[in-house]
Amino acid sequence: MSGVLILEQALNGLQFGLMLFLLAAGLTLVFGVMDMINLAHGSLYMVGAFLAAWLVGLTGSFVLGVVGAVVLTGLFGMVLEAGLLRTLYARDHLSQVLATFALILILNDGVKMIFGTDLPLSAPAALAGPVELLPGLQYPAYRLLILGVGLALAVALYLLVQKTRMGALVRAGASNRPMATAMGVDIRMLFTLVFGIGAALCAVAGALLGPLLAVQVGMGENILILAFVVIVIGGIGSIRGALVGSILVGCIDTLGRTGLQHVFREFLPPQWASAAGPALASIAVYVFMAAVLAIRPQGLFPARSG
Amino acid sequence: MSCRSSRAALATFFACVCALSAASVQAADKVKVGLVSTLSGPSSALGVDIRDGFLLGVKLNGGKLGGLPAEVLVSDDQFKPDVAKQLFEKNIKRDKVDFMTGVVFSNIMLAALPEAYDNNVVYISANAAPSSIAGKDCNPLFFAVSWPNDAYHEAAGQYANTRNVKNAYLVAPNYQAGKDSLAGFKRTFKGQIVGENYTKLGQLDYAAELAEIRAAKPQAVYIFLPGGMGINFIKQYVGAGLGKDTTLLLPGFSADQDVINAVGAPMAGLFNTAHWAPDFSNPANQKFMAEFEKEYKRPPSLYASQGYDAAQLINAAVRDAKGKIEDRQALRRALKTAHFDSVRGPFKFNVNQYPVQNYYVRTIGSDGKGGLTNKSFSDPILKNHGDAYAQDCKMKD
Repeated sequence: MSGVLILEQALNGLQFGLMLFLLAAGLTLVFGVMDMINLAHGSLYMVGAFLAAWLVGLTGSFVLGVVGAVVLTGLFGMVLEAGLLRTLYARDHLSQVLATFALILILNDGVKMIFGTDLPLSAPAALAGPVELLPGLQYPAYRLLILGVGLALAVALYLLVQKTRMGALVRAGASNRPMATAMGVDIRMLFTLVFGIGAALCAVAGALLGPLLAVQVGMGENILILAFVVIVIGGIGSIRGALVGSILVGCIDTLGRTGLQHVFREFLPPQWASAAGPALASIAVYVFMAAVLAIRPQGLFPARSG
Repeated sequence: MSCRSSRAALATFFACVCALSAASVQAADKVKVGLVSTLSGPSSALGVDIRDGFLLGVKLNGGKLGGLPAEVLVSDDQFKPDVAKQLFEKNIKRDKVDFMTGVVFSNIMLAALPEAYDNNVVYISANAAPSSIAGKDCNPLFFAVSWPNDAYHEAAGQYANTRNVKNAYLVAPNYQAGKDSLAGFKRTFKGQIVGENYTKLGQLDYAAELAEIRAAKPQAVYIFLPGGMGINFIKQYVGAGLGKDTTLLLPGFSADQDVINAVGAPMAGLFNTAHWAPDFSNPANQKFMAEFEKEYKRPPSLYASQGYDAAQLINAAVRDAKGKIEDRQALRRALKTAHFDSVRGPFKFNVNQYPVQNYYVRTIGSDGKGGLTNKSFSDPILKNHGDAYAQDCKMKD
């Protein structure tokens, strides 16, 4: 493998990882801070993508459509939290899993009724072509945009949780809810806000990945599994863990899909290599998760230190 | 006396048996067809076109197949083999259909076919035609009115030879049809294969594979990625700027009307291979093109032409069997002769009940109305072409 190829694959892995991070960040906050398992998190990603596709078609502007979808999904998340999920915080995890699984089915069919099973969404024409990063390395402009947005949001989120008053309140509410309430913090309001931010981040991922993948009902389920893998690897409740976990999962998945074949070709006959490569690539991420769980069951960056 | 009466009794008995057996093969009063196809999700355009082509064929026959009123039960397999199997079971056991048809994908069809075989129901494939059923697993109840899974790819390999392509990179999903197709390309292609990549079925992001292709610097790239997979690959291929140095060769269904509509301008000038093209001048195709546009206000795809031909085949067979669809032997004989005017031109069945037909190179150009369409080269690239597996088929009658 040449240097340029490795660099391009690293960019691909990073781009995929950052999008995973946008999902995992909301998931890990809700799971770690509010102690709530939200299986319907992937559905918010789907809702965001559908709203973006609908608004882009309506306004004719990609930026307007994406921003509108992010705001609307954030509001939708807050309504969902205040109306339904809030009552689940006191229940055990099984009730939460059952209720949010029901929510997946309801949202899938709701979206199907409103928008149909899929909607077209294309990248803006200005970003449809490639950009020459280095001699011999052309990279799609749209993927660069995704990289930029992902990185900016990762930094912003880290600062928000670690350096602002609101972040401090979230962490305080998580470590001791009755005490924080006694000190005059409106925990309910705060959690609603956090949930809204998580939903908005899902919408960013859904809207940006829509043109690369496909905006369709059920798109949230596959990526939700990976998002759970990420937060288990990174450590539940930790934003830093979610970031590192996402990028690791993104890179392992991307390099595994192509790199494994090269590795196998060194010592296996070609027909075996081309059969074993794809088979192993699809489980590489889970093997990695199993390894992390065996060595550090609490994840790479447990919430207390992150 | 006793002898005579017993003889009379015997005669009566035989007469009754004859009458009974005659009753069992009497002409049916209607034809029921179960059409199971992928009608939702990113690959739904394929199933929708098969359905629309089939229903158009029935409609143009005045709602009849072979002179009998036709009832078509349409259902969506959701791109899931287990769902397709359940739908087959429902259509066959509860609705008691006479024919099954419609499945787009080989893996889904292979999961559901045993339901048809076990209950003696004929399956007319309007698309999937895997190598296994062409060869040793051939079945008297299976008829492919489409094309063998690897035929387009054999044609594409042959075309790459005529273009003097020295090396090529191949991409296909990691499942039966993916392997069949690349085997087909390699069977005819004389140059060197510099890379082969089997991706996950249903994968939509090809960034990693495109980076590999860029590094391998092949003269040509050949892909077998049906439905939404191909649309995403071609878009991302263009987005990555690979189109400038590398020729992208496509099988017909990855460059058909549904893909052209989804990808748009970057499709212009690409070459692909197929058994049908919208510009075929035979009268059956002229009628099909005009009626499809009129009915659905969009140009038909390959899949629509296959769905339409499936309806024509059933129509001809029921007519030739004089409506006796319960008599499977008579029905099969009628199906095998395939007395219908296919939109593709010359068509006949091989011993394995797979088609023998011509394959053409097509190029994508303007349709004169601001859009893009496929135009066929006048000479077929493969003439009267069957498949490589027919000799392994020991067809039981």
